[in-house]
Parts: sequence; C-alpha cells; structure tokens
Amino acid sequence: MSAGTSKFGNAFLPVTSILLVLLLLWYVFAYVMNAPFQRELDKRAGENPSFSELVIKTWSQPKPTMPAPHQVAQRLWKTVFGVKPWSKRSLVYHSGVTLSSTLLGFLMGTGLGLIIAIGIVYIPVLEKSFLPWIIASQTIPILAIAPMIIVVLASINITGILPKALISTYLSFFPVAVGMVKGLRSPEAMHLDLMRTYSASNAQIFWKLRIPASVPFFFTSIKVAIAASLVGAIVGELPTGAVAGIGSRLLAGSYYSQTIDIWAALIAGSVLAMLLIAAVSMLQSFTARMMGAQP
Amino acid sequence: MSAKDLSLTFTTNDGPVHALSQVDLEIGRGEFVSFIGPSGCGKTTFLRVIADLEKPTGGTITVNGMTPEQARLKRAYGYVFQAAALYPWRTIEKNVALPLEIMGFDKSQQKERVERTLALVNLTGFEQKYPWQLSGGMQQRASIARALSFDADLLLMDEPFGALDEIVRDHLNEQLLHLWESTNKTICFVTHSIPEAVYLSTKIVVMSPRPGRVTDVIDSPLPKERPLDIRESKEFLDIAQRVRDGLRAGHAYEV
Repeated sequence: MSAGTSKFGNAFLPVTSILLVLLLLWYVFAYVMNAPFQRELDKRAGENPSFSELVIKTWSQPKPTMPAPHQVAQRLWKTVFGVKPWSKRSLVYHSGVTLSSTLLGFLMGTGLGLIIAIGIVYIPVLEKSFLPWIIASQTIPILAIAPMIIVVLASINITGILPKALISTYLSFFPVAVGMVKGLRSPEAMHLDLMRTYSASNAQIFWKLRIPASVPFFFTSIKVAIAASLVGAIVGELPTGAVAGIGSRLLAGSYYSQTIDIWAALIAGSVLAMLLIAAVSMLQSFTARMMGAQP
Repeated sequence: MSAKDLSLTFTTNDGPVHALSQVDLEIGRGEFVSFIGPSGCGKTTFLRVIADLEKPTGGTITVNGMTPEQARLKRAYGYVFQAAALYPWRTIEKNVALPLEIMGFDKSQQKERVERTLALVNLTGFEQKYPWQLSGGMQQRASIARALSFDADLLLMDEPFGALDEIVRDHLNEQLLHLWESTNKTICFVTHSIPEAVYLSTKIVVMSPRPGRVTDVIDSPLPKERPLDIRESKEFLDIAQRVRDGLRAGHAYEV
C-alpha cells in the first residue's frame, strides 16, 4: 500500500508537468489552425480585431478546425453530467454501448487465445501449421476487414452487439495466444522434472504447474488484449453507421463537422481504455497477492 | 539397486558425449551412498538414470528389482534437486503436500504427513510461509521434506547442499544423518565435497570424467553414529585420502 502511494506521489509532478505543456501546445495549435478561417470571417464582416481579440475568437468558434481544450471539456461535462446517462445524447450511454461489445469481444478473444495456446503447446504440429496463419491474420488491416465482417454477418441476419464483438475478438485473441504459449512453456526444467519423478499425469502437470506458472504472462497479454478489444469495438461501429457507441459519435461528428463532438468522443474513448487497463492491473496485483508474490 | 555395464551417450552437435561408460555398481537396502567426482564425470547423470529422467543407451539397471521406469511409476523414490525447486506460488505446507496431492492421498493423511515431515526437517512453524520468505538452507530442507513426505524407500539427492555455505551445510549434513538413521532409507547422494562424502556415507563411489566411469568404490568403516568431530579422526582422514587418490587416479585433477 505504501509502495503504491509513494509511486503515485513520485509520478504526480512529472505527469502534471507534461500535461500542462501539452495543454499549452494545444492552445497554440488551436490558434494557429483556426486563425485563417477566423480572419476570413472578420474580413467578410468588415471587422478588424486586435490580436488578443483574434486569439479569443479562434478559441470559441462553434465548428473549429481544432477545438480548444476548454471547449472539449465543456462538451464533455455537458454530455457526461449534463444529461441523463441513458439519453442518446449522453457519452456515458455511448461508452456503455461500446464497453459491452468490448467486454464480450475481449472474453471471446481471451477464450479463443487460450484454446489456441493450449493447442500449440500440446500438439507440436500446430505450431508449424497453424501459427503462421495466426500471425498472417494480424497483418490484415482491421479497417479493411471490419466492414466486410459486419456486412456478411448482417446478410445472414446477425446484427447488434455480436458482429462488433467479433472484430474485438479478432484483435484480442492474438496477444493472448502468443503470450500464453510462452507462459505455458515457462516452467523451468527442474520444476517439470519434479513432476516426472512423481509420475504426474499431463492434466496434473497442466493444472498444478503450467497454469500457475503462466499467470504473469496471462495478465501481460490481457492488458494488451483489452485495449485492442476497445479499438476493435470502436472500429466496428465506424463503417456501419451504427446508431450508438463511441464510434458512431466519431462518425456523426465528422458527418456534421462537429469537431468538438469528435474530440469529446475521443477523450471518452481514452478514459474508457484507461479504466479498463486499471481494472486489469488491479485484478493482476490482487492475484499476485493471492499467489504469494514477493511484494 | 544394481547396475551392470551401464552406459549413456548423448549425441550433441560436437559429436557423441560419453556421459557414462560401463558402470557396474551394487547398492544394498539402507545404505548411504555418495557419488563423488569432478564436473562432467556423470554422477548426476547416473542419478538421473536411476530416477528415469534419462534413458541409458546400453547395459542394464534395476531399482528394487524393477526397471527405473517401473520404479518411477510406482513412486519408489524421492528426488532432491540441486536447487530447492519449490513452486513459488505455494506455501511451504502446500509445496510439501504437492506429491501427496498428485499421488491422491486424502486430506487428513496429507495434513498428518506434512506436519510430520516438516517436523523431521525442523521447519515446524513455517507452514504458511512462501518460499521467498525462507533462507536458502530452509528452502532446501523444505524440498527434502517434500521428497520424504510420501515415504519412498529410496532418496536420490543431487548436490542438495552445493549452493549453501559451509556452516549451514555442516548443520544440514548432521540432520541428514539423523534422518537416515531414523527412517532407514537408502540414500544416493551426489556431491563434489570430499569431507561431505566421507562424513555421510557407508559407501563412496569415486567417479572420473571423459568417459564418465567409476574408478573406486570405498566401503566406509566409520560407525553409524557420527558426531561432527569424527572428521578429525584418523579413520576419517584415511578414507578421505583414499578418495583423493581415487580422484587422482582418474585424472580428475588434470581437468
């Protein structure tokens, strides 16, 4: 516990400094990118604002090329706390929609990854025949394949959460499969020899040695997998004109040039990702404590 | 246990390595046998052959009248490795219970045996600790308890105290002798310490490398009761000298 707080304390200053620098840069960029359009507007209206007036105007356009941080913050506040969470205008609602397909896809991907890893570890021929295909599968750009998955599944009447979740599955099984192959093979020769001297069965070696030894690898893998699942879910919402979800907010924002909405949705997505990773990390440290890890 | 004309050749990229060559050896029930020799003389390999962790490429070997594989399947021996090899996610109690779980002892039996063997190695009170909370010597004692817990007649020990300092090692040697006296097990013990081999054994097998072979088998006249200061006695030093001669005869010192 004390290690946790001191780690946080040490990180606080550097992280805030970087954040402040980023915010400052963001304001500068907002001015630079919005200024040409603002000058055009002022010229048409016959106004001749001073520099400081121009700066303020570039930070408060209704549809800026680059919204200023406070505009995004206001929109976030309004769409998160200003409306009922189940309203279609609430980012909480949309995050929830994306979250549900993320989690479904993540669970299916983790399950699939585990099955593939166990297969590869116990059936040597699979490593030669199957692994190259698994690696090849990840070289296909997800943006290219996502619309096809959704269209093909829709044509056989599978719609809703499942097609999106399948895209998450497609992205998340890979890190789990690769990580768990390594994890299940991680026991030292001596630990395996020990099992042999007891003439333990394969199932006993699996449950009492390979699985516990692979736990650290498992958590590293699912951290990558859950972030990939979120990306998959959002990408899955983009090509179909989905009516709900963070992806649909991004798409709607770009249709109507609502740049502030796009940025608000982006930030909601990042927060969601951080929460998911934090949840996995907590589960990881809890499991490590249960397994007697050295603090 | 008996080995006849036993040999084992590993095939490596640099050609065959004769780890064991024409080893003949008889070990009686209840004996404490030490295998001594420099690195590469095949003493560990021989132990692994007894344990069916390696297959010999020639000759025959029987353990309790069975092949090593049958003996392994019957769980006829306990094996203590160079390192404690405790599972880090199990408490000491659970580590000692591991072979019992695998061999299907019921819960009450497990509890009773774990308690008894931990007491035997003086680790009562450390049941709930994890391996990293124990010193190296205590970890190795826990691994000995683990090898004893299922009461095999034969105990195979592969340089179990090699990584420990001399003070701890002396202490554990003494405890090991007590254990051997009180349990009447057959112990095969690999070491490269001459005093350790002479102090512990009723029979010392001197081995030499390239190819790994037995150069001398010494039956120790020392009494079963051995206080630590027996190591100053004339008999002790004589045996130690003979072991040293055996090692020299095998060109072991030229390595």
